[in-house]
Amino acid sequence: MRPVQLGLRLLAREWRSGELGVLLLALAVAVAALSGVGLLVDRVNRAMLLQASEVLGADLRLQSPRPIDARYAQQAQADGLQSSATTALLSVVLRGDATQLANVYAVAAGYPLRGTVRISDQAFGEPQDTHTLPAAGEVWPDSRLLAALGANVGDSLSVGAASLRVTRVLVSRPDQGSGFVELAPTVLMNQIDLPATELLQPGSRASQAALFAGTPQQTQAFSKWLAANKQDAERLRDLREASPEVGNAATRATRFLLLASLASVLLSAVAVAMSARRYVQRHLDVVALLKTLGASSRFALALSASQLLAIALLATVLGSIVGYLAQNGLLRALQGLITTDLPPPGSGPLFMGLVAAVLLLAGFALPPVVQLSKVPAIRILRRDMTAPKAAAWLGYGPAMLSVLLLVLWVTGELPLALWFSASLAAVVMVLGGAALLLVQGVGSLRGRAGVAWRYGLANLARRRVSSVVQVIAFGLGLTALLMLAVIRGDLINSWRDSLPASAPNYFFVNIPPDQRQAFADYISADQGEITRLLPMIRGRMTAINDQAVAQMHFAGARGEAFAQREQNLSWSDQLGAGNRVTSGRWFDAADNGKPVVSVAVDFQESLGLKLGDKLRFDIGGETYEAAIIGFRAIKWDSLQPNFFLMFPPGLLDNAAGTYMTSARYRPTQSSTIAQLVRRFPSVSIFDMDDLLGQLRAMIDKAVLAVQSVFVFTLFSGLTVLLAAVQASRDERRYESAMLRTLGAQSSTILAGVLVEFAAIGLLAGVLAASIATLGGYVVASQLLDVPYHPDPLLWLGGVLSAVVLVCLAGYLSTRSALAQSPLGVLRQG
Amino acid sequence: MDLNIVLEAQDLTRKVSSPEGTLTIVDHISLQIAAGETVALVGASGAGKSTLLALLAGLDLPSSGRIWLAGTEITTLDEDARARLRAERVGFVFQAFHLLPALTALENVMLPLELVGRDDARSAALAMLQRVGLGPRAGHYPRQLSGGEQQRVALARASVTRPAVLFADEPTGNLDTVTGESICQLLFELNAEAGTTLVLVTHDTQLAARCGRMLTMRAGRLE
Repeated sequence: MRPVQLGLRLLAREWRSGELGVLLLALAVAVAALSGVGLLVDRVNRAMLLQASEVLGADLRLQSPRPIDARYAQQAQADGLQSSATTALLSVVLRGDATQLANVYAVAAGYPLRGTVRISDQAFGEPQDTHTLPAAGEVWPDSRLLAALGANVGDSLSVGAASLRVTRVLVSRPDQGSGFVELAPTVLMNQIDLPATELLQPGSRASQAALFAGTPQQTQAFSKWLAANKQDAERLRDLREASPEVGNAATRATRFLLLASLASVLLSAVAVAMSARRYVQRHLDVVALLKTLGASSRFALALSASQLLAIALLATVLGSIVGYLAQNGLLRALQGLITTDLPPPGSGPLFMGLVAAVLLLAGFALPPVVQLSKVPAIRILRRDMTAPKAAAWLGYGPAMLSVLLLVLWVTGELPLALWFSASLAAVVMVLGGAALLLVQGVGSLRGRAGVAWRYGLANLARRRVSSVVQVIAFGLGLTALLMLAVIRGDLINSWRDSLPASAPNYFFVNIPPDQRQAFADYISADQGEITRLLPMIRGRMTAINDQAVAQMHFAGARGEAFAQREQNLSWSDQLGAGNRVTSGRWFDAADNGKPVVSVAVDFQESLGLKLGDKLRFDIGGETYEAAIIGFRAIKWDSLQPNFFLMFPPGLLDNAAGTYMTSARYRPTQSSTIAQLVRRFPSVSIFDMDDLLGQLRAMIDKAVLAVQSVFVFTLFSGLTVLLAAVQASRDERRYESAMLRTLGAQSSTILAGVLVEFAAIGLLAGVLAASIATLGGYVVASQLLDVPYHPDPLLWLGGVLSAVVLVCLAGYLSTRSALAQSPLGVLRQG
Repeated sequence: MDLNIVLEAQDLTRKVSSPEGTLTIVDHISLQIAAGETVALVGASGAGKSTLLALLAGLDLPSSGRIWLAGTEITTLDEDARARLRAERVGFVFQAFHLLPALTALENVMLPLELVGRDDARSAALAMLQRVGLGPRAGHYPRQLSGGEQQRVALARASVTRPAVLFADEPTGNLDTVTGESICQLLFELNAEAGTTLVLVTHDTQLAARCGRMLTMRAGRLE
């Protein structure tokens, strides 16, 4: 008989004994956690790539302040790519006497190559996708522009020298950006009409873009050609560059979810190791017999390995089904956070589940099974003979290697993998130390209690290592859940409550310079309190100490983002509330008009700047260079207008820009905001109460998603508990039979067992609630700077649920061992 | 070596370490057993009978000395080579039966045949089960069989490969007198039919008396 055949036949029979159930469960939970989260992450990441191409409106986008060479499009066509073009410029749009500065967006046929333009039939109407463009002689303004001009569909608007008829209302276009201040009204028109507008004159400030799209291979090849042939001033953006803008937060969030699922996988590994040890114990005689009958060590190993592999496959199937369902649940929890339509689940994460199950078995179960195959045949006659002990490196090496491989695979980078492993090890050590102290403390109480209590607590102390492992395993998941509950409930409320009643609740941006006084007067007249009005201009940092930023590399995504994106710049002689100079100094009167700049600490740290560094900026086509005079720490939650980069007055005053401010403002009537919009149509208004509400909802959803992942961790903790119970099963059977022989009632024995498990649940609950409270305090005092009041419900709920869960699992798993007849058990010895 | 000798031991010693120091379990034993012979190993508990049996069967290696089994020196073979030799030339019957609980009676008997790759494992095993009177119970699992029936299955398993040597360690030790007697009867019948050499460890003097030769052990030595 082939070993695989025999192994599977034995497995089918052994299955009924229930001994393999824990191993299967532990693996299935690990697979479910990893594949469930993996499926979601995979879908989100693929959606991010799709969305990134939508943000570009293409796969490749070449931007230039000057007209773009036509040979690029010719080359693209020759290479089989699609191409299109856009021109963006700021211009006043008129309807009769009404005027409004608008972003005029002229597009060529084929636009957008990726993503969809959305329109409606009337201002603020129901949006719908369209695959057409404004025809020649037509424009599609957005609702805000129509409202500001008092226009409707069917009216004509003057754009430059051309008169164009409104046929649709623009709702959104894929490449419109999502920045705070890019919300100027837009009008979409056909590029055919652009010459008639006469807006595009030599030297006029327009942003041109050429769009290209094709297969990934075509795109990659063309991207290389373009990079080699483009002008220096032309900027090439691809998916990789666009992804961070849309996907950074989501990618980071989903990666965190994957790490959270890893905690569950690693706990399951502990259960796998414990179950494997039990498996080896139960198979010592089988292997010895097979060897006596003439089987080789290799045969014995192949037999066990085939059994484990079969369990891994079954666990993968079960775990993947649960993972798939969990992924749907997670998606529901994250609804609203993930706004794009996700592509359907791929098969990659399911494969990941299988690999995880095999890796766990290879790392944690295979080493003892290899030793099992070395059991000498003589064991058949001498029961004291067992498998030879493996060298320490062989026992722990594969386990550590498989954990590292798993962590590395999930995180995708070595530093994060090491950081995660080290953090987890530290948490386990802290939990372990605390659990050991608690177990010892509880064990010492046993002299002061009745029989059942003494029996239960004595068991806890006697199986000390096992008890500590169970407390850690169960406590880890519970700690995470309670900590998240603290963050979700208490901390966000505390932070919101800590904001002074006078904190600004509105932000106003895009205030035209000539209207700023009128605007401030308007708000004041309506009992509003304006903080300070600051100018705001857009500029790109092009060089640091004469080195081009484009050629520099910065540590971290934030540094890269700071370096790449356009900055909002301002100037003032006032430091501003909530600003503190950390080094260097703030401007004095003598600095007026001088090329100096004050930089926020966040910006400084991300780019590694130091005092005296010279920063060069391109502001509206003109070059400015300024030396860093000082660094500022900014208290952002003061909700005051603040900028990373501040200049002294007199340097940038001539650069075109707008103003912004924040205000404590309670409009006297609900209609006042609408009047404000009509009075100052170009001003964009942000209601902080709305934003905070949205933030709260987003955090709630994110926390809920993370919590649901940690539910897997809790289940993994339970599998560890089951594995531990299983390991002590023979001992428990014997003890229970002995006690009953001595006259103990079943209820006494049961009470003893419940005391043991209740104590484990209690210790895990107390540990988890303590750590969650401490964590809450640290986050509150160090990160949010708000007072933190521990929630008694957290303790009650955490401890009670831990006791109930552990008792229930413990009772169910020991029940059969306690119910066996004393005679039968004692005969077996 | 005499061609008729199927099992030979030369100056066998087996020592083990214990907390009390090194113990000599088998002390300079030499013996020869001819093909078809039936030999009983008797002696008090702890005399070293089972250890000698394990050494002769190649389950364990001696601290010193040499053993030849069916013409092969097993003391120079590694664990797997000795296992191969056992599969082809040796049968075992144990006091505790040692059936695999997950396999039926038939599957248990098939096991040694399958380990040597016999294609007729099922039919040969079934024939042997019928020979020991358990044909109708071939599909039963060990837990569904009585102690005597389990030992019959074990006898069928030991004999089905027609081994050169059958080793039996207290084959009736776990059975009542009547059942033990019937198992004993069956053991000798099977042995006679196949012409197998039988090496038997027992406390039972009546059983030992039925063997052609009785070797008595005391403190690791043959008397």
